[in-house]
Order: sequence, then structure tokens, then C-alpha cells
Amino acid sequence: MELAAPSARRLYQRFVEGIDGPLLTLSLMLAALGLATLFSASYEQPGRVASQAANLTVALAGMWVMARIPPQTLMRFAVPAYLFGIALLIAVALAGDIVNGARRWLHVGVTRFQPSEMMKLALPLMLAWYFHKNEATLRLRDFGVAALLLALPVLLIARQPDLGTAVLVAAAGCYVIFFAGIGWKVIAALGVLGLASLFPLWGMLHDYQRRRILTLLDPAQDPLGAGYHTIQSTIAVGSGGITGKGWLRGTQTHLEFIPERHTDFIFAVFSEEFGLIGNLVLLALYTLLIARGLMIAASAATFFSRLIAASITLMFFTYAFVNMGMVAGILPVVGVPLPFISYGGTALLTLFIGIGILMSVHNHRRLVQT
Amino acid sequence: MSAVGVPMMVRLPAWRARLAVALLLAAFLVLACRSVYLQSMNTSFLQGKGEARYSRVLEVPATRGRVVDRNGEALAISTPVKSVWAIPEDVSVTAAQLKSLAGLLSLDARELERKLSSAEREFVYLKRQIAPETAARIAELGIPGIHQQNEFRRYYPGGETLAHVIGFTGVDDVGQEGIELAQQAVLAGAAGSRRVIKDRLGRVVEDVESIRAAQDGRDLILSIDGKIQNLAFGALKSSVEANRAKAGAIVVLDVRTGEVLALANLPTYNPNNRARLTGAQLRNRVMTDSFEPGSTLKPFTVGLAIETGRITPDTMIQTAPGTLTIGRYTIHDAHAEKSGAGAMTVAQVIQKSSNVGAAKIALAMPRDEMHDLFKRVGFGAAPRLGFPGEAVGRVREAKTWRPVEQATMAYGHGISVSLIQLARAYTVFARDGELAPLSLVKTGVPAAGARVFSPEVARALRAMLEAAVQPGGTAPRARVVGWRVGGKTGTAHKLENGAYAAHKYVSSFVGFAPVSAPRLVIAVMVDEPSAGQYYGGQVAAPVFSQVMQGALRLLGAPHDAPLAPIELPGEGDEVKENT
Repeated sequence: MELAAPSARRLYQRFVEGIDGPLLTLSLMLAALGLATLFSASYEQPGRVASQAANLTVALAGMWVMARIPPQTLMRFAVPAYLFGIALLIAVALAGDIVNGARRWLHVGVTRFQPSEMMKLALPLMLAWYFHKNEATLRLRDFGVAALLLALPVLLIARQPDLGTAVLVAAAGCYVIFFAGIGWKVIAALGVLGLASLFPLWGMLHDYQRRRILTLLDPAQDPLGAGYHTIQSTIAVGSGGITGKGWLRGTQTHLEFIPERHTDFIFAVFSEEFGLIGNLVLLALYTLLIARGLMIAASAATFFSRLIAASITLMFFTYAFVNMGMVAGILPVVGVPLPFISYGGTALLTLFIGIGILMSVHNHRRLVQT
Repeated sequence: MSAVGVPMMVRLPAWRARLAVALLLAAFLVLACRSVYLQSMNTSFLQGKGEARYSRVLEVPATRGRVVDRNGEALAISTPVKSVWAIPEDVSVTAAQLKSLAGLLSLDARELERKLSSAEREFVYLKRQIAPETAARIAELGIPGIHQQNEFRRYYPGGETLAHVIGFTGVDDVGQEGIELAQQAVLAGAAGSRRVIKDRLGRVVEDVESIRAAQDGRDLILSIDGKIQNLAFGALKSSVEANRAKAGAIVVLDVRTGEVLALANLPTYNPNNRARLTGAQLRNRVMTDSFEPGSTLKPFTVGLAIETGRITPDTMIQTAPGTLTIGRYTIHDAHAEKSGAGAMTVAQVIQKSSNVGAAKIALAMPRDEMHDLFKRVGFGAAPRLGFPGEAVGRVREAKTWRPVEQATMAYGHGISVSLIQLARAYTVFARDGELAPLSLVKTGVPAAGARVFSPEVARALRAMLEAAVQPGGTAPRARVVGWRVGGKTGTAHKLENGAYAAHKYVSSFVGFAPVSAPRLVIAVMVDEPSAGQYYGGQVAAPVFSQVMQGALRLLGAPHDAPLAPIELPGEGDEVKENT
């Protein structure tokens, strides 16, 4: 007995070693809010909550593993992961499953898998590795290479078509490039180039994508078609009022007026049931999570660690901002889930692996372990 | 690289991190502002919009009241049925489904397809009022876009017998004819409404509140006695058929209460199946048609003369030579050729139905008094039973009467009444001088009437009218076994285009029984009998007899005459009148 207690404690310490308390607490609080909201949104499919809980377990295991892998080891996987991801994206383009008109899924044995999801991490890893490798001699040419590394997967994903993920992957890459120290002149030049390319890009967009963007300007133009999602979700958010209608009491949700209420539009459900107060709490949780991520990035030991930590943190921000902006009717409708809240196993796994990487960066913030 | 192991800052200018943080905070601030705008400033608008998406006010239909006869037998009842409708745009149907749907609706498949493809219409009835079992089988087909609604269908157990009294409702359950129309407000009740919550697919998921409870229609108990009604309808029908008449009508009144116990018309229709209706079938002749009553009016003239002391029943009236010339006009007596004319008592004037006698009595009185009498027995005024199109009849102002008109009015020409007015007027004789108020709704209690004649005069008239149905009178065929009856025939030429048609008659009979304590007044009218016989005594009186006999037996009225078989008169004993 005397031996058992200390050994159990030691075992526990070994188990939680490297797990960052604030990050875990914040992400679990968000995930708990997510499960509660999902429970309300899926009253007619109770299995979804259990399934999401199982997803959460898997994701936490992923986080636990990642937290234990030192950034130096991670760096070794950057190139293979990137190449593997590109290969999978090409495979999807050639032989993927078509769901809802988009070729995004790849059959892997018994389950289906979205390779684009993996790119959200693989691309920043790759870019961080590239910049880290050339840290001492960074020149304009390196940014050109980085741009190519970024453009390849983004274009493959955009072709699926999956504009939302493409934007997110591109954003993740851009954050790395930004923090790698690209010159202001280059940013300005790229900005001008980007604006100029808007017009040919507009021509390349699918009809439904163009309609979504136009609809944002005036949702009432097509209330039963393209504007339907935005109008319904805006109404749901507004109906919540300051205090919300209460958990399980959201009428717009329960009467099936909110489309995609488990996944991309789950924020409308949350917002209707928990109101302005709930929204501010949610924003605060995200802000704290991002603040913690940026603190970790700022104290990172290596260039690679810093870049990858900053990029992952800003990815959380991008997810949250794009999703909430879309539901609240200030951004166009793109398929971006609300981080930690939306239903979906792949996204949750990606997010917690990201958390795990942040923890790992934090654990190895000193070059020489003390 | 520092020896103490502090992380090295690798070319990441602090301003770049600060810029990132500032942008990030700004973005979240935008979200927070948007949230505040939507959830605290724009709330009521959006909440209203939200509510408009699920809150609906539904109408709760009220069940229409039943109509029953005085014994509680159902005359009109509502049965639940379904109506099937579609939103053509939403309908997607396979060929097999279309075929079975058409079969269930008993519609032509091509016709059904045409209805379902009328794209410009958002709502189309496929079939209304089908049986609930059929509707359930249609629902089982599970075709999207096909919907059903609850409705009620009226069913009339009485069928054609009571068609004119009850009338019917239209497909929207609103009364169109008869009592159904007259008492629409009472029978229909008031639909209620309730607020419900509907989901996006229009399913009711929650009953929020009842705004107004549905008020079911009240049941209506009619004065009609189903058994007497059947009897009356049957007898009238045989007579109309036997005499090949154009139409016929009968009404049975309860003398004491003024209730209408039976009311029937021919031709009639089946209210449960109104596929081919003609105007003639729909006419409630008892109430809406006025005709020249003819001799049935003579007792009123005589009664007035006795009441005012100008004559007594025994006063002798000279009717020879069977004609009376007033100015350019000559009045004839039909019976004069056979039984001869001469001086007769007032009682005989009624019994033999002498036009000349009645005219002479009338001319002995001021026209104002006659006019007043006609008004007092209810002529020239609608009976106000609530039926649409009740006939008022025509009683001209006294000051416009010429002497010959006053004379002919004494025997029912130059004046028009409806059968119900005539029957009611005869309650004056049956009730010892009082005119009964009418009712189509069961009252069951004796009703006070307006006095017209003194009891003595009424009784004297009853005796005269009883004599009229005896051998030697105009209507021996009106008699019944076991009860004394009294009554008067009428045989009037029909008016066509302002002139009397030579061979078209309206035969009528109005009478009461038992004479000792009258219970019933029955008035019968047969329009254009064309099988040879046309006198009221031959055509209408037998109907009266048959109905009176059966009705008195049904009512259990005490006998006031021996139960001896009645000998029908030989050809010579029957007096015929021509008005």
C-alpha cells in the first residue's frame, strides 16, 4: 500500500506530464459547450452526441501523443507529411467520393477521410520547416518557393471544390510566411497583385460560390435560395436576445429552420439558446485560448516552433472568426466549422493535434532541458 | 546563443506580433459588435421574424348542429369526411402511385395528371368529401405534396321526403336551402381558432394556446313528426302520380300548438345526391307558391257575415237560376245543372259550394270588412317561419275592389294565398275562432292565438264544413273512419298570362278533425291533375282522408265517430263545384 500510492501518483504525473493546463482547460470548456449545443441541435438524432464524445476521446489521445513529440522530431515529419498530403489530394482528384457535389472524400478501408483536412497542419509544418532550414539566409527567393509550396495544395483543394478549406489552408500558410518576416514591400506588392487578381478569380469561381458572395451583400434578394442560410441564421442569432432562449429551447433550431445546425451553423443554435451573454463568453474563451497560444509562440525556442505555434494559433482564430462571421451574416457562407464546437471527427482531431503541438512547443521552450 | 538557455528571438520584430494581436482583437470586436447589434438592438425585429416562421393561427371548425324531428329522429347529421388537395409543385409521383391514387379518388388518371400538372396553381382540390377509410389509404401512398383536410358532410336520413323542409348545405358546410339556410347561424356555431407552432415542414409540433374555443352548432328540434311526414308524403305522391299532376303540396298543422307536423312538396329531390337539380324540384310550394284558393275561402265570407249578425246559418239565400250577373260579368254554379238551383240555407251554400250564394252574402257586406278579415286570418303577409322566399300572397286594397271583384273574392278568386297561409287560416275554425301562430320548431305547448271569430261562429262553421264532407256535399271522399272531419274543397282555374286557362286546374282541400275537438288541420293542393278528374273533392280530398286517418291514429286521438266503413258516394251524390 505504501508503495502503491506513490507509484500511482508517479504514474499520474507521467501521464499528465507535458499537458498544458490552461490550454487543456480552455479547449475542454469549448468542447463541453459544443457537446451541450450539439445535444440541443440533434434532439432527433441522439446518437450524434455519443459519436462526438467518441471523436473527442480520439482527439484527446491525438493531443496527448503530439504533446509528447518534441518539435525537433516533428520537423522531421514535415516533408513526408506534406508530400503524403499532396499525394492524397491528387488521389482524391482522381478517385475521390463525391458528396454533395464536391469531390473531397477518400475511402480508407472502412472509413472516409478528407485529405484537405490534413493539409491544414501539413502545410504550415512544411513552410515552417522550410523557413527554419533557411533561417540564416532568408531571401526573397525563399518566399517565392514558399508561395509555390502554398499554392499547390490550395489550388488542389479549391478544385474539389472546397473554397472554405482552401482559404483556411492558404491562411495557415500565409501566417507562417508573415511571421517568417516577409518584407513589407513584398506584402504591399502581393496585396496589389491580389486585388488585381480578384477579377480573373471571380471568373474562375463556381456559380454557387459567386452567388454566396453576392448574397452576403443582400440576403433578401434570394430568401429561399442562396440567402436562405444567412437569413435563417441571422434570425436565430437575433431571436436569442441578451440572455438567450435557454438550453434546448431554441425554436428556430428545434423547428428545423436552421440548416446544417450540427456542423457549420451550430453557432446559430448556440447563439439562439444562450444569447448575447453566451456569445461574449464564447468569444472570451477563444480569446483566452488564442492568447495562450501566442504566449507559447512568443516564448518558443526555435524558429520552427515559433512559426508553427503562431500559425496554429492564428488558425484557431481564423476558424472561429470566419464561422461566426458567416453565421452572423457578415461573411459569405463557406464551409468552415466552428472550432471545438461543430460536429465532425476529422476537424476535432486536427484541432486537438494542433493543441498538442502547442503543448509540445511549450514543453520544449528551452533549448537545454533543465 | 545565450548560455543561460533563454529562448533566442529570431528576427521576429515585436511590432509584427503586436500587429497580429491588434488585428485579431479587432476582428473579435467586430463579431462582438455584430452580436450586440443583432441580439440587443435588432432583437424585436428578428424575434418577430423568427416567430413568423413558426407561429400559425389555425381555424378550429365547429361541428354543425343536428336537425331532428319532434321525436328525436335524425333529419340532418354531420359525418366526418376528408378532402384531398395538392400543391402541384411539390407533388412527385410514380406512374403506379398515380394509378392507385386515381383509383382511390375514382378519378380518371389523365384528369388527375392534368390537375397535378397545373403548375400555375399553388393549391388544387383533387376530390372533396371522401370517406375517412379511403382517405387513410391515400395517406398510406405517402405521395409528397398531397394533403388532406377534415371536413364534415351533411347526411339527410329523410331523403326526398323532407328535402324542402331541411334543405341542404353546400360543400363548404353552409346552408343553401330550407332550415339549413334559415337556421344557418344556430346550426353552424362559431369556428374557434388556436395558435400552434409549426416546423419548417408545416407539421404542428405544439399547441400553444386556444385563442377562441370552437362553439359547436346547436341541435335543432323541428316540429315535424317523421311518421306523419312519411304518411303525408306517401299519400301526396300516389295522388300526384295517379292524377298525372304537375305538382303537389301538403301541410299538416297541430291545431293547439300551431306547429307544422308535416310539410311535403312534389316534385322533390334527394338532398344526399344533388347531381341534377332543377328549379321545379327545389321549390317549396307550400311556402313559396301562391295560388287562387277558390272555394276554400267561402267559409271566411260566411263566417264574417254571421259574426256581424247579417245572417244566421239558417238564413235562406236564393241561388236560382244558378247564375248571378254583376255588370258585364256572370257568376255560375257548377252544381246547379244537376241538383237544381233555388233557395238554400247558408249551411247549404257551404255544403254545395255555391258561388252565387257566397257572392250574394259577400255583396251584403262592406268591402273594408272583408279586406280586414282576410288580413286578420294571415293573408297578404308572410308567415315568417324563417324560410327564404316565403310567399306573401296578394290581397288588394279594399278601395280598389269593384263589386264583381268583391263577389268573386268571396269564393277565392282575385286573391292569392300560399298553402301554408290557407292551412293556418283554417285553424280559426278548428280553434273556436282563434288564429294559431305557426312554428317549425318544436314547442309542445298550446299557443295563444289572435281571435277572429267568436267560438259560437267557429263552431257553426265547423258544423257546416262537416256537412260539406257528407254525402250531398262536395267532398264525401274526405271522410275518415272513426273521426268526424270537416273541410272544404277548392277547384280553381289556373291563371295563365292574366286569363283563366280552360283546362288547367288547381285542386285543393283544407280540413280538420276530429270535429268535436280538432287536433289537426291538413291542407292539400294538387296542381294540374291531368288524368281526367280535377275536382278538389276527387283529387285532393282522398289525400286529406288518408293522411288524416293515419295521423289521428298515430296521435291516439279519441274517436268521435263510430268505426263503421264509409260508403263512397255514387256519382249522383257528389256535388261538384267549379271554383
